[in-house]
Amino acid sequence: MNETPIPSLTRRGALAAAAGALSLTLVRPARATPEKMKAVIAAFTGGKPVTEGRVKFDITLLVENGNSVPMSVLVESPMSAQDHVTRIGVFNEKNPLPDVAIFHLTPRCGRAQVASRMRLNDTQMITAIAEMSDGTFWSATSEVIVTLPACVEE
Amino acid sequence: MAARALINIPKGARKGDVVEIKTLLSHPMETGFRTGVDGRLVPRDIIEKFVCTYNGEVVFSADLHPAIAANPFVSFTTVAMESGALVFAWTDNHGETQVQTARIDVA
Repeated sequence: MNETPIPSLTRRGALAAAAGALSLTLVRPARATPEKMKAVIAAFTGGKPVTEGRVKFDITLLVENGNSVPMSVLVESPMSAQDHVTRIGVFNEKNPLPDVAIFHLTPRCGRAQVASRMRLNDTQMITAIAEMSDGTFWSATSEVIVTLPACVEE
Repeated sequence: MAARALINIPKGARKGDVVEIKTLLSHPMETGFRTGVDGRLVPRDIIEKFVCTYNGEVVFSADLHPAIAANPFVSFTTVAMESGALVFAWTDNHGETQVQTARIDVA
């Protein structure tokens, strides 16, 4: 019982090699990252500061199926010709792309309220940012936990 | 592109009321990130632009990305100004547009 195992043939070595090969074959599609989300938000705001507040972002906190997740955004605004919301952008961290939607509003909307349904690829932070007619930006962020992700399944 | 569109507008509105409009277009919103059974990527096919005009004036529009779920649902509000036509237009990434008109009666 003095034989020394050849390193390349141990069970542990073989498993490690197999795991390595598997990770190489599982090429995942490109993903947005928090950095990419920041870049897209900076493009949306033109680099202007974003203040938290005035935006109510409604989305379920625990999502079973990420394929269709209802969300709504309500912004405090009189929606008058002088003072209204011009745009509402919704951004995510971990879907393949950081953009979700940009809604363009006018005083004719009467209320700064939009709703839609989105896909969620993973548990992540979702941010809604509103641009006011005075050029200021306001935001709200929500973390959503997803148990069955969307986007990449068959 | 000839998809079914559902539009929900309150039956009657008084002038000045803020009415909620709900729209849904039957569309796959194919992201372009999924692989089909043959192992190839399914080409992207999404609605990119949604526009609502009220008697010819744009009151609301939206830029949609692949993160919007299939059968894109968009809801928003508008002030009931006068009776007339609400025209909804969905444009996909191939440049095709589908238009649906609904009537709003303002008392």
